Amino acid sequence: MPSLGADMDEGTLLEWLVGPGDLVHKGDPVAVVETAKSTIEVECFATGTMNELLVEPGTTVPVGTPLAVIGPAEERRPVSRAPKKGKPSASTEPSASTEPPSPPPEPAPGPAPALSAARQRGHIEAGPLVRHLAEHSGVDLEALHGTGPGGRVTRTDVEAAVAARAAPRPRVRASPFARRLAAELGVDLATVTGTGRESAVRAADVRRAAPGPAAPTAPAPTGAAPVRPSPQRPPAAARPSEDRAAAMRRAIAGLMTRANRDIPHYYLSTSVDLAAAMDWLHEHNRQSPVGERLLPAALLLKAAALAAREVPELNGFWIDDHFTAGEGIHLGVAVSLRGGGLVAPALHHADTLALPQLMNSLKDLVARARTGMLRGTEVSEATITVTNLGDQGVETVLGVIHPPQVALVGFGRVVDRPCAVDGLLGVRPVVTATLSADHRATDGAVGARYLTAVSRLLQNPEQL
Amino acid sequence: MVRESISRVLPGADVAALGPDDAFRDVLEMDSLDFLSFVEVLSERSGVRIEDEDSRRLTTLSAAADFLAAHTR
Repeated sequence: MPSLGADMDEGTLLEWLVGPGDLVHKGDPVAVVETAKSTIEVECFATGTMNELLVEPGTTVPVGTPLAVIGPAEERRPVSRAPKKGKPSASTEPSASTEPPSPPPEPAPGPAPALSAARQRGHIEAGPLVRHLAEHSGVDLEALHGTGPGGRVTRTDVEAAVAARAAPRPRVRASPFARRLAAELGVDLATVTGTGRESAVRAADVRRAAPGPAAPTAPAPTGAAPVRPSPQRPPAAARPSEDRAAAMRRAIAGLMTRANRDIPHYYLSTSVDLAAAMDWLHEHNRQSPVGERLLPAALLLKAAALAAREVPELNGFWIDDHFTAGEGIHLGVAVSLRGGGLVAPALHHADTLALPQLMNSLKDLVARARTGMLRGTEVSEATITVTNLGDQGVETVLGVIHPPQVALVGFGRVVDRPCAVDGLLGVRPVVTATLSADHRATDGAVGARYLTAVSRLLQNPEQL
Repeated sequence: MVRESISRVLPGADVAALGPDDAFRDVLEMDSLDFLSFVEVLSERSGVRIEDEDSRRLTTLSAAADFLAAHTR
């Protein structure tokens, strides 16, 4: 059971997306886990064969508990989906666990097809031309059953694998989670192209096929406010929604208590003139199809990410009494859930995304946060978090840092304010940008540099 | 059509209970992303291009209906 955020102590395994004997690849979603805060697709940290699933769906286990045993990549008959390069590996699943790999690697018993003698793991008999063809076609040689002498993989084998991948699938395969989601979103599974194992329809495919805007904003798990979405069943909640809301509250309470106890916060604030940014935004939106419009939030997030690149001291983690810089800028975006509560999933490499891309990623991320379908890497990898409470009407946000991160950036509402402009009084759109930072990791001067960078970046929106 | 568009964006929202002059954005707690999606859907369904400036006027069901009526021919 991986740690999906600093506030997670345990998780409930809701569903396996793979079965024993399946080939899994690093980054593949293999299981759906429910935490106090969200339902998350957990990605595999290694490539290999699922030997044994150790935890039954519906079971709640502490962080660090082995969920499954992954053995070395075994020989398989051609699979319908071309896997990437397979690498033998063995350990428990998944990675974030601090537990040492246990139990030890074992050769996959049972379900794996018979091994041909010539095939040692990681040692594929195939000529250079065949290798080239395989690489070119995206076929994993290690996943192929060689029909040549001594189990050698031949050109025909590779071609068969390509053909198998392209072949129409006989019937709709779908994970239970995907079926449930499809029912809720009104999606006909037969019309969905599956990207899972053997073309099985996965939750992500259903979401893509869902009617409505590119990122359908789904209902909140629970309804609290008046004339609210009627209380809906959380997409994959295994427990009643009230328990869930209470559990989320407890998780947030624990994390925030720790943050306020352990982190000596300092706070900085500045007003940013958004006249140029808003003009640019309006012009962009005037010329764009409605579906490609940008929100001010996209500009603010991008500026926050670029500023983090300029001031890397604020982008990373405070662990074991020292600062570790984040690898890449993964902007945590605080998303309030309609039933109450909060998650802050990461926009990966936000500094490198062009604005339209960032906007789409944001829509997608928020929609998935609210339907409780985030990826494990999204909930655990943010390097700096941004909270934007502008929609709620407040002007200034002084936030609590999300441990083990060292900074939280806040944006309030964009308001028209009287300002001195070129010696005259003018009315300009202004936003208050704040920074809560960890004084153990940085001092005020560093924070000041950060906010100054945010402000400067927003003066040149076309360069964002 | 306005109600349907809201339903698309917020499945499960009790749009039937919305009065014509309720500020639905507040009542339904739509954030700016929700609202943008709503404008997107409404624009698509009605065939009326809704500019950013105009979208700010779409605060109630009746205002939205009036806007569409004025721009549809």
